[in-house]
Amino acid sequence: MPIPSALVTLLVGMALVLSGLWVGYNVNVLPLDASANAPVYDALFRVLFSIGTILFVGIVGLVLFSLVRFRRRAGDITDGQAIEGNLLLEIVWTAIPAIVVLFVGLYSYDIYERMGGMSSLNDHAAMHRMAPTETETMEASVGAGSAVSAPAARVWGGIGVAADDVNVLPVEVTAMQFAFIFHYPDGDITSGELHVPNGRPVELRMKANDVIHAFWVPQFRIKQDVIPGQPTVLTFTPTKSGSYPIVCAELCGPYHGGMRSTVVVHEPDAYDAWFEKNSPLAATVASASLTPTA
Amino acid sequence: MTVASPNDFQESLQPQGWLRYFSFSLDHKVIGLQYLVTGFIFYFIGGALAGVIRAELASPISDFVGRETYNEVLTLHGTVMIFLWIVPVVNGGFGNYLIPFYVGARDMAFPRLNAVAFWMIPPAGILLIGSYFITGSAQSGWTAYPPLSITTPALGQVVWIVSVLLLGGSSIFGGINFIATILKLRRPGLKLMQLPMYCWAMLGTSILVVLSTPVLAGTLLLLSFDIVAHTGFFNPAMGGNVVVYQHLFWFYSHPAVYIMVLPAFGLVSEILPIHSRKPLFGYTTMVYSIMAIVVLGLVVWAHHMFTSGTPPWMRLFFTIATSFIAVPTGIKFFNWLATLWGGKLALNSAMLFSCAFIVNFVFGGITGVALAQVPFDIHVHDTYFVVGHFHYIVYGGTVFVIFASIYHWYPKFTGRMLNEDLGRLHFLLTFIGFNLCFAPQHWLGLNGMPRRVAEYDPSFTTLNQISSVGALLMAISSLPFLYNVLVSAFRGRVAGDNPWNALTPEWLTSSPPPVENWVGEAPLVEHPYGYGVPEDTLSVAAATGRDLWSGAGRR
Amino acid sequence: MTSIATSTSASASTGEAVVAEAHGEHADLRLFGLATFLVADGMTFAGFFAAYLTFRAVNPLPAGSTYELELLLPSINTVLLLVSSYTFHRSGRNLLLGRMGPCRAWLLLTAGLGAAFLAGQMVEYFSLPFGLTDNLFASTFYALTGFHGLHVTLGVICILLVWVQTRQGGRVSSGAPFGLEAAELYWHFVDGIWVILYGILYLL
Ligand code: HEA
Ligand code: HEA
Ligand code: CUA
Ligand SMILES: [Cu+2]
Repeated sequence: MPIPSALVTLLVGMALVLSGLWVGYNVNVLPLDASANAPVYDALFRVLFSIGTILFVGIVGLVLFSLVRFRRRAGDITDGQAIEGNLLLEIVWTAIPAIVVLFVGLYSYDIYERMGGMSSLNDHAAMHRMAPTETETMEASVGAGSAVSAPAARVWGGIGVAADDVNVLPVEVTAMQFAFIFHYPDGDITSGELHVPNGRPVELRMKANDVIHAFWVPQFRIKQDVIPGQPTVLTFTPTKSGSYPIVCAELCGPYHGGMRSTVVVHEPDAYDAWFEKNSPLAATVASASLTPTA
Repeated sequence: MTVASPNDFQESLQPQGWLRYFSFSLDHKVIGLQYLVTGFIFYFIGGALAGVIRAELASPISDFVGRETYNEVLTLHGTVMIFLWIVPVVNGGFGNYLIPFYVGARDMAFPRLNAVAFWMIPPAGILLIGSYFITGSAQSGWTAYPPLSITTPALGQVVWIVSVLLLGGSSIFGGINFIATILKLRRPGLKLMQLPMYCWAMLGTSILVVLSTPVLAGTLLLLSFDIVAHTGFFNPAMGGNVVVYQHLFWFYSHPAVYIMVLPAFGLVSEILPIHSRKPLFGYTTMVYSIMAIVVLGLVVWAHHMFTSGTPPWMRLFFTIATSFIAVPTGIKFFNWLATLWGGKLALNSAMLFSCAFIVNFVFGGITGVALAQVPFDIHVHDTYFVVGHFHYIVYGGTVFVIFASIYHWYPKFTGRMLNEDLGRLHFLLTFIGFNLCFAPQHWLGLNGMPRRVAEYDPSFTTLNQISSVGALLMAISSLPFLYNVLVSAFRGRVAGDNPWNALTPEWLTSSPPPVENWVGEAPLVEHPYGYGVPEDTLSVAAATGRDLWSGAGRR
Repeated sequence: MTSIATSTSASASTGEAVVAEAHGEHADLRLFGLATFLVADGMTFAGFFAAYLTFRAVNPLPAGSTYELELLLPSINTVLLLVSSYTFHRSGRNLLLGRMGPCRAWLLLTAGLGAAFLAGQMVEYFSLPFGLTDNLFASTFYALTGFHGLHVTLGVICILLVWVQTRQGGRVSSGAPFGLEAAELYWHFVDGIWVILYGILYLL
């Protein structure tokens, strides 16, 4: 096989890797990062983008090079060389992708953990609970009487709060066709917009009334389905004040495209002002939200 | 019944001439072409629906069609394109036409079942599309997630279920037939590891069809009970569980993506060696990687459900399993690159489409591996990034291969060549239009545009318009293709039996082939890719199909 | 739909003997095809079982909706089906040996057992305190047993058809056993499914 000399291959390979890295770290295709896990996410993105660019440019390069270099010249009716395989090459191009995807998988697992994705939700034991088998006759009411909490209270998925975090702002989210309703249990505020203070973790406790919806804030890089019958949670910490779109990301009917809202990230002072203005219980709770209690 | 020769039917009961294409023919070649033509009709219907989608999305407000209509259109587009275009064409179409040749048989194992499988498709398609005009069609996407699919108008959804059940049944019958034909109907003396690669691809695909399609059928039955009999399997109001539906649905629909792409892999493996005049590189590893894709493909379904509230361990498992599909798939791509390397590449339309397939699919595969990473997917799930991903694969991958295959096998189907200039024009327009249409969608998804919406944030207008222009180019690109295919059937240059000087068995007979494939005995092709093999003294250009099969050339 | 014309008896083995020589003729692959189809059909059941087990594991029923399933009737039914597999097997042996009388008798007995199973199923349905749409468990119960019952019904019909065809001059004979063999394979399959179903629905 007319392989270009080892030196050329090496140089081309290095140029490829460097340009891939350059693209990954300098071409910005992501929206503003406005939550604590957005930079974490972006780090993963840059790695994936770099690897992807290297692979893609490399393979396109090979295809183009072959099409030009090995094109059939007019009048040539001979065959190419009868090379049927090469064990070493096969091993190399099995091993390299395997290593790459293993690395990517472990790295993204690490990222996911840093985003709080692995923190245990309350249902962990229940998920793995073996179905009871006691008597000969079967009890049709599966799980009744066992130690599971009432179905409504069980959280089925999402990104939970780290166990040591006490400074969390809980917000109840109800999704319905075609709106999100936010309720602040602390101040008994009900709102169509989400208002949160900058820098403080927010825990959204989400349930749906009719069909599946999904809560997505692109600038926060988080999304979670809101599923009827299966409450979920989503935790995030905003880091940049401003307003960002909340987008419903699961087809939920004709007005799915119009099911949008806004999350307003206030500086803490401004948030307290908003809270006080809107809460029927403002007088008592305002101070509580300043110095949160466990 | 199957013991009898198809010849009997052909000569006694079956209509002859062009009429047989409209009949309950038992000839695998007729059935294959029936699948192909039917598939193309549905492709143009699905494409026109895509045109409606892109026209609506040319402006950020919902203006071109109503919101409910938009949802019906996108549901029909997805369903038509998958179940009535890609799956029937790459499996039923090329499979029926080529597999009997490749195994050295005169027909499929079960010709009658084969005809039944085909004839389930037109009614299903008519039902599906007719529902739009009569009752309104389903509007919950091709995934039909409950509870939405339970609460949208029932009739349209039920019709959708019935037609998908019919199409699934057709696909299962087809799969059974392929498995029996490939495993049991091989010409005596032909070993498994001598089969052309497309046979392996179809074997793998059919295994997936047989194992996963029935689960979809069962799931849709349960869904229809929920709609019609008001049971509560997937109805949370009655204690049901909507996520279970998603698991069952994707248990089929993830393998379905390999059902759509493995046959395409097989077809490319036939086209590349012939037009680069080189053996297929790494035959054995190609076979193993197909089987690895089949096995892995069955255990990765939950990567479509990373935001559905699945437990963390499940997300982790499915991330790793999904990522690993890149390994066997990568083996195939590197083998193709090595097949090209050092060959004598003919830059004809078949080859251009095949090489573009490599480029497009690698792009879609890389975004796929990115999507497999839970944290990455959490941001872009259900956005245009995903739409971009899978159109790069289904269109840039499979559809490009279908076009390549048409340019490659048209001479065999009709005995005449397609016009190369028109072919290259078709390629150029398709390639540009395709990239223009789907590349911007990745950026849109990353920056906040969800899928399945008729209205969107005005800041995304420009890129959406570029995308729509790309779709228009793709529509225009089908004009030279259609003209070429229709006119060349009568006016095209006469192809001769083996215009590409190929060695695979379908070329070792006349074009178009006789009813029972070969006039004499079926050739024993032990080296389907033996290009440039030294002991071959025969000048390839001098060999015609007849010479080869009559034993003048290669064995 | 021609049967292989043969009057030779016991020595002729199954379809495998007919190997492809003439145009387009090949060994009889119909049993192979049927077996593949049964794999597919089994996957439908597997999907149902998976759904049932998941529901059971993660979806507690609301309080007050407990039902006790009687074990007696389904257990008798299980025995009936298992016995019917045996009787079918006897019928098949007799066919291959060319003893049409016993073959047809065993066949009828099998159909009778199948019908008895269906009757038992009906009795159970009517004695159950819950209906199809009462709750998740009820729905799944009826879906599973109903889908299986449909298979049994189909099986009984097939057996009766085969019984008709094993008459003198019928399509099924020791030289052309396909019809009976296919019905037998299918019947064993339906039987096996029931055993699993009985296990997870009644015993678990
Ligand atoms: C033919 C169809 C097809 C094919 C083959 C694929 C192939 C792949 N797909 Fe895709 N996919 C779809 C069709 C397809 N997909 C569709 C239709 C949807 C959307 C469904 C819906 O919701 O409506 C979807 C959605 C989808 C999702 C869910 C996204 C979401 O909804 O959030 C994911 C996530 O993991 C995914 C991943 C992958 C992966 C990892 C592959 C892999 O098989 C790709 C492997 C290939 C390569 C990687 C390229 C070649 C390899 C190399 C050159 C080796 C080196 C590479 C590396 C080391 C990375 N796909
Ligand atoms: C499997 C194959 C397949 C193929 C080949 C295509 C082909 C195309 N798809 Fe499709 N698409 C899907 C499968 C496919 N799609 C699926 C599964 C979905 C998800 C559905 C869901 O969410 O449920 C989807 C969704 C989907 C969307 C997202 C809709 C949404 O989420 O809101 C869009 C948007 O741009 C789109 C566009 C296109 C375009 C422009 C083409 C083009 O490539 C088509 C080009 C072909 C033609 C244009 C036909 C030829 C020309 C004519 C017949 C002349 C008449 C045409 C006009 C007047 C324009 N598709
Ligand atoms: Cu709510 Cu989409
Ligand atoms: Cu998938």
